[in-house]
Amino acid sequence: MQLPPALHARLAGAPGSAEPLPVERDPAAGTTPFSFAPRLVRFPREHDFFEDGDVQRHLYLQDVLTQVGGAPERPRRPSARVPEFTCQVAGCCQVFDALEDYEHHYHALHRNVCSFCKRAFPSGHLLDTHILEWHDSLFQILAERQDMYQCLVEGCTEKFRTSRDRKEHLVMRHLYPADFRFDKPRRSRGQDFAVDSRIIWRTDFSMGDFYKALSISPAVPGAAEQVLAEALGDDRAPSEGDAMEVCSEHVEPSPEPAGERRAYSHRIPSTICFGQGASRGFKSAKKRNKHQ
Amino acid sequence: MWSRQRGGLKPLRCGVEQLRCRRREREAALRKARREQQLVSKRLLRDEALEEAEEGCVAMIFGEAEIQQFLRLAQRGTEEKEREGALVSLRRGLQCPETQQTFIRLEGSIRTLVGLLTSNQALLQLEAARCLHELSHSEQSAVVEACLPATSYLLTYLSGHSSDFISPHLTVLEALGYALSQLLQAKEAPEKIIPSVLGSTLPQHMLQLLQPGPKLNLGVAVEFAWCLHYIICSQVNNALLITQGALSTLGLLLLDLAGAVQRTEDAGLELLACPVLRCLSNLLTEAAAEAVGGQLQLRDERVVAALFILLQFLLQKQPSLLPEGLWLLNNLTANSPSFCTSLLSLDLIEPLLHLLSVSNVVSVLVLTVLCNVAEKGPAYCQRLWPGPLLSSLLDTLAFSDTEVVGQSLELLQLLFLYQPGAAQAFLQQSGLQALQRHEEVAQLQDRVHALQQTALHG
Repeated sequence: MQLPPALHARLAGAPGSAEPLPVERDPAAGTTPFSFAPRLVRFPREHDFFEDGDVQRHLYLQDVLTQVGGAPERPRRPSARVPEFTCQVAGCCQVFDALEDYEHHYHALHRNVCSFCKRAFPSGHLLDTHILEWHDSLFQILAERQDMYQCLVEGCTEKFRTSRDRKEHLVMRHLYPADFRFDKPRRSRGQDFAVDSRIIWRTDFSMGDFYKALSISPAVPGAAEQVLAEALGDDRAPSEGDAMEVCSEHVEPSPEPAGERRAYSHRIPSTICFGQGASRGFKSAKKRNKHQ
Repeated sequence: MWSRQRGGLKPLRCGVEQLRCRRREREAALRKARREQQLVSKRLLRDEALEEAEEGCVAMIFGEAEIQQFLRLAQRGTEEKEREGALVSLRRGLQCPETQQTFIRLEGSIRTLVGLLTSNQALLQLEAARCLHELSHSEQSAVVEACLPATSYLLTYLSGHSSDFISPHLTVLEALGYALSQLLQAKEAPEKIIPSVLGSTLPQHMLQLLQPGPKLNLGVAVEFAWCLHYIICSQVNNALLITQGALSTLGLLLLDLAGAVQRTEDAGLELLACPVLRCLSNLLTEAAAEAVGGQLQLRDERVVAALFILLQFLLQKQPSLLPEGLWLLNNLTANSPSFCTSLLSLDLIEPLLHLLSVSNVVSVLVLTVLCNVAEKGPAYCQRLWPGPLLSSLLDTLAFSDTEVVGQSLELLQLLFLYQPGAAQAFLQQSGLQALQRHEEVAQLQDRVHALQQTALHG
């Protein structure tokens, strides 16, 4: 099947539709004994028309499943082995011997970090939301008068008066787990700051924990005292003052042109490394962990 | 794709001919299963998988205590191997329906599993994804439904990472897409599951995962495209999907696919092409697909260019998918003078005629598309003439298939009506003899006679 050479160029060209030629129908067209009329055709799920494609799909799935169901007991490293190395983020002392594990670790813990309180978040979107809600005094003021707590699910435009209302919406509407937590203050009870990094994440594990867990690793050396204070039961709400002091040595908030730019200017530029400090600093005194 | 991530093919244990034979058998079994409405049966998938599994393991029935133990070990074990091992054991157990039931009834079990899926331990994530895989192709709808609430949450987590997808995330996403596709295929899906899926943000997430661009992952896209297909062909609320931009996303994806097909011999693009073609074709039948003024929302003629590039690809790679591509072409051209004009101005009639010899089904579809063009009037027929069309029609009149011949007769009527000289040329090329063969065929005779009259007497 030879295609005209200009076709590939057309595909790569600009969007556009052809100027249609004039349509002029004769009433005799498609009349008895003829019957043609252009028709949109729709096929429901079980129609035989889909048989071939469905069969191909299932052949593919069968192949996939035999591989998925295959013996995982074989020692299987998905990533290349390399000589042991340490995470380069200052203060983080995770050790790795596989690049993929390191990549995973980095993205999970160092990528979306709040420059104020050093909490890390799974995504830029959540980090932005956190900054807005925790570190923006204007937000607090506005929140007294209007619904400011935005639903966390991207694409859902609902806003709420309180974070509790938002949480309820997440649970009811988006089927989040009931014990999910996004914005609990760093109310730690010692167990969160155990020396072993695994236990920080694993103790009392529940679905919302990755938000909580990832948000309790302050990344600046010297913030250790602050963290310790909180760990000993100081239930302060996120303290902007302290956080600002801590981070101001490292990041100059750029002059803020207009409202919505504020949140972004406090994100850590990717080239700057903050120490992954306090709890790790604690920990580094004790033992280095091989990353699992 | 799963297979690519595992990094290799299984070692060939038998000759190529045996493989082909085995594949033919599997295909025959699947066709039979589909006709008996059993293709959805996951037992079919799993039995095959178990047969081929090298260890020939036996599914274990685990009780609550054992499952809890495994989950605890997976979450809090001290040794990596131990934690992985716990999930492996759990997965084996989950191959068994009783264990599945126990699992979903155990409080917090799905939550724990999802926690492991979103953990930062790559190997654990992979094993947890395999467990989810097992659960999702359970035959018991209760089990599969238990997985559904987690999906929204997981997708939020995973799409939050969309800027930096790394391989465990991709694996989890793919498993999730597969799990969802199994769910959506269930018999009760249109009444029970699809409405709630449509009422959530899942469709938007799915469409996001189908956006073309550097972040598009083929394995993930395949799974979610099939999800979308099951939703759309169930015809629950396609208008909603259109308002969420499904037409435009899928159109752009089609363009992207055509580009990919040109660049690479990559295996697997047809796996994505199939559901995309189906989704687009079905969506175009919705009233909502029309913008104000009756024009199609999807108007870009690059879609036609892309489709032909895909047709050429399918002709080489997977001819059985040609009907699906031509179905889309029909729905694009049926009510659109603009797309019909594109076919003419982009010189696509001749390539289209090339497909006439592939199969009867394909021939009927090709002729239908040509009729879509011709019925728009003289300006269109003029551009169809002269050229290879006449000789192609004379060829198709030599087919024995009644539908093919019937559609050829319809096209001839339109050409005789709108194109002066067509009837004459037809006569000169021994058209009457070609018609004669069918004079006695019940479904064809009236039309044959009518054409004979027109040709002879104008």
